[in-house]
Amino acid sequence: MGIDLTYAPAPESRSIVDLKASYGLFIDGAFVDGHGSGFKTISPATEEVLAEVAEADAADVDAAVKAARRAYSRVWSRMPGSERAKYLYRIARIIQERGRELAVLETLDNGKPIKESRDVDIPVVAAHFFYYAGWADKLGHAGYGEDPQPLGVAGQIIPWNFPLLMLAWKIAPALACGNTVVLKPAETTPLTALLFAEICQQADLPPGVVNIVTGAGETGEALVAHPDIDKVAFTGSTAVGKAIARSIAGTDKKATLELGGKAANIVFDDAPLDQAVEGIVNGIFFNQGHVCCAGSRLLVQESIADDLLERLKRRMSTLRLGDPLDKNTDIGAINSAEQLARIRELSEIGESEGAERWSPACELPSQGFWFPPTLFTGVTQAHRIAREEVFGPVLSVLTFRTPSEAIEKANNTPYGLSAGVWTEKGSRILHVAGALKAGVVWANTFNKFDPTSPFGGFKESGYGREGGRQGLAAYLKTEQGGR
Amino acid sequence: MLAAMPPSPTADLTGLSDVTASESSLTRFLHGLPGVDQVGAEARAASLATRSIKTTAKAQALDLAITMVDLTTLEGQDTPGKVRALAAKAMRPDPADPTCPAAAAVCVYPDMVATAKEVLGDSGVHVAAVATAFPSGRAAMDIKLADTRDAVEAGADEIDMVIDRGAFLSGRYLQVFEEIVAVREACARPGSEDAHLKVIFETGELQTYDNVRRVSWLAMLAGAHFIKTSTGKVQPAATLPVTLVMLEAVRDFRAATGQMVGVKPAGGIRTSKDAIKYLVMVNEVAGGDWLDPDWFRFGASTLLNDLLMQRTKLTTGRYSGPDYFTLD
Amino acid sequence: MAARIDVRKTYKLYIGGAFPRSESGYSYIVNDAKGRFVANAALASRKDARDAVVAARKAFGSWSGRTAYNRAQVLYRVAEIMEDRRPQFVQALQQSEGLTTARANAALDAAIDRLVWYAGWADKLTQVVGNANPVAGPFFNLSTPEPTGVVAVLAPQESSLLGLVSVVAPAIVTGNTVVVVSSFDRPLPAVTFAEVLATSDVPGGVVNLLTGSAATIAPWLAAHMDVNAIDLVGVAGEQELATELEVAAADNLKRVRRAPVAEPDWTASPSLDTMTDFVEIKTVWHPMGV
Repeated sequence: MGIDLTYAPAPESRSIVDLKASYGLFIDGAFVDGHGSGFKTISPATEEVLAEVAEADAADVDAAVKAARRAYSRVWSRMPGSERAKYLYRIARIIQERGRELAVLETLDNGKPIKESRDVDIPVVAAHFFYYAGWADKLGHAGYGEDPQPLGVAGQIIPWNFPLLMLAWKIAPALACGNTVVLKPAETTPLTALLFAEICQQADLPPGVVNIVTGAGETGEALVAHPDIDKVAFTGSTAVGKAIARSIAGTDKKATLELGGKAANIVFDDAPLDQAVEGIVNGIFFNQGHVCCAGSRLLVQESIADDLLERLKRRMSTLRLGDPLDKNTDIGAINSAEQLARIRELSEIGESEGAERWSPACELPSQGFWFPPTLFTGVTQAHRIAREEVFGPVLSVLTFRTPSEAIEKANNTPYGLSAGVWTEKGSRILHVAGALKAGVVWANTFNKFDPTSPFGGFKESGYGREGGRQGLAAYLKTEQGGR
Repeated sequence: MLAAMPPSPTADLTGLSDVTASESSLTRFLHGLPGVDQVGAEARAASLATRSIKTTAKAQALDLAITMVDLTTLEGQDTPGKVRALAAKAMRPDPADPTCPAAAAVCVYPDMVATAKEVLGDSGVHVAAVATAFPSGRAAMDIKLADTRDAVEAGADEIDMVIDRGAFLSGRYLQVFEEIVAVREACARPGSEDAHLKVIFETGELQTYDNVRRVSWLAMLAGAHFIKTSTGKVQPAATLPVTLVMLEAVRDFRAATGQMVGVKPAGGIRTSKDAIKYLVMVNEVAGGDWLDPDWFRFGASTLLNDLLMQRTKLTTGRYSGPDYFTLD
Repeated sequence: MAARIDVRKTYKLYIGGAFPRSESGYSYIVNDAKGRFVANAALASRKDARDAVVAARKAFGSWSGRTAYNRAQVLYRVAEIMEDRRPQFVQALQQSEGLTTARANAALDAAIDRLVWYAGWADKLTQVVGNANPVAGPFFNLSTPEPTGVVAVLAPQESSLLGLVSVVAPAIVTGNTVVVVSSFDRPLPAVTFAEVLATSDVPGGVVNLLTGSAATIAPWLAAHMDVNAIDLVGVAGEQELATELEVAAADNLKRVRRAPVAEPDWTASPSLDTMTDFVEIKTVWHPMGV
């Protein structure tokens, strides 16, 4: 009975990407050599070296900040918003036109499925530039005073999980508000940021408005510590976020910190179950779980736990792990050996603490960094896998009996970035959404992003918002009047 | 007594038979099924539709799709000549290529069953007949049953009945249930194999996915062999998300009872690309067991020629044109 | 006639709606602007700070859960009672800040008006800083401000009443609860304010008032992991201490309102930031379908 419908390989062609052997820093509108020793960026799916990338030392960072300052005072802050808008519109359009190239490059460098870079990351990047482009000449209507002023030079540090998308979240609002930027992409995923630098050239963006400095932690520290930046925008771990907050203490630098999370995804007994299963899968396996707002703690009402888990396991068995460039791949590669080690370590701790581990039958490629979609049952709030951010495709399943228990468990974490709630009862959604200490609550959906929708956390998930009208506040002098 | 909550895989048939004991228990059961979130269901269907089926997988899928086609003509202008031509096409979709498989069935009005049967004989291609005052279902019960018996007596292998959407929408679930049970009884053919019963919901009139899920369970409880989206006479006809919800229902019904029920989207599926999207959905939602003409069908007319053209493209490496495929 | 021996008072702390002495047992002498003895005030210790945080956290759920309209009423009621107690406030201001009667009255007027102004914001801020977002998909998407939680407020050292009201009111009107360290040298208006709160409709624990030294207590508040935010205006001009506190605040990523180089002019119109610095924007998504 039936047949085995085997999907033949359907790889996206990588020939659209013109990889260079080496990449420099992008400072003052040109690519220059870095003074650091340089590093290699690899494809996490194959461990193939993709390119050599320059490493910015403190002097390079200083040069970039100086270029940004010059561009800020001479050009960008003086330019009418309507003109800044047109540059941003241009960039948005070029991103759309070069969308496939960006998607393939993102997938090569990051390891995420082409399906996601093509259908999520890159379209949302373009949308973000379009959205903020339109704000550039309307800032007086944004609710921050009649003529709100930019901050100056922004130092921006972004993570490796959504390389170009995080760049867009940082650069688009900063430029729209009249700031100039020095941005450091993550050391494992610098390539789309460097291609973005080319796009800035293609758009004839004035030199120095956008500067890209590649490097690792030290480069980032030099940027944060630079005395002539007015703003730090960081997305990454809570530990580094705290270090940044300490580093800028006593200065006038403003900060936006988008940090870790341990989101609860709460499923009530009257939930639309099949959609809840999709939401759970999307919540934790989207982007290999390398998502700060991932729904990594499933809180399921005890009365439906067995049925839901059965459905979830069946669904997980249909996830296709493998070549990220294959259009049918659902789960790509783990971004780095370090991250893989971290995921393995926490998973082993989960087992040793007595939680039951399950993964669907799933063949892992022999080259590259891979981890199967995994769930842990029998997890309690006391387990480390229920408290620490794994940042991988690992779901902890906990149960609850009553709404108040669900809310209590959901909030029982130092984090507060996101949460999910599944129920067909409207009043319950509004009550629970109100009670959750989280910056984003997805009700009967999960992991949705939009440029118009503010994103950011409560508590140790950071502060400030990115996206939406609120996202402008991060790049404007908002203090009006007295104290 | 089965709890009015999601069908657990351990629910047994005894429990489910209680469900249909009264209008109130049936209503409780159907309304207790998990809801369907429209946006989520449509997003899931759209995401499955992005699967890229190429080369060998595509060849396999195209042939499979051909074997699942219920080649359909349901027009006032149907004549014996038209039906004979259609039946011939169902047996040999591509006269130029003997490796091309036959379609599953031809689907006609009851008065054309004998004509179709005459051509198809024991070719293995079935005759399906729409019955029960198709497409509206607006007739007295004895007329619907007579309609069905006529078709069965004329040799129909399969009966495609329509439900009384008015009764369903006004909450008279037990009436719909009993009608299906009665029609299934009318499918009996003493001394020979009973006709299989497909139950058409006309999902375009039921509107919500919650209704689609409820009516799917209702029909399965009543003994449907197949659940079918549409008559083809109402827009929208078959859609991917409606079919998704029905596939989830047959999957869950098997988990609850051990019994498999088939699914037939009908109307609006015209291209190979669409057909392959459905097959991917069958594969990933219900599972490979349903990738079989006994358990999944397409109600279509123009789809077949597109499948044939794509098939030829795969074998010859060049694009074909409508002139090279028969029109019936 | 011989002068009557007056009854000298030791002012106490205000924690969880009660007026305890300092857990440490210490108090300190409060002099007036000319250096004459006025009263003893409790010298709050780190344990008092700890107790105040517990009280503030306990009060947070119900205070933040009240309707905005109700919080507006409660704050307006405080203004009413301050009017009732004008002579007491005027005297406290004169003693603390050495103001003339006219200036003390003006400062009190400004403080009461400031409270009324903030009371009115309770049910408007959500409308002004929240909004619906037109996302590109079938989703209802709404962003609204919510209180951050427990806010530590280092009240200004100079403006003992107007400054105090100007930092406490914006924090609580949105639903936060606060632990306030009052001006060290000028605690009397704050203590009087606490007495007003105790006799008004402000639930115990919403405002907790510690008299004492910011330099001693603030590090404990800044480092406290159950405090969500801190306003450093009370250490204006003390760059080193302010930086230390900001560093400590990073331990749980408190929202920090930094210390200015000098105490601001409290008579200027306040900015919305006084409220929005201690709220979190929450965005809720829900699909729209049938």
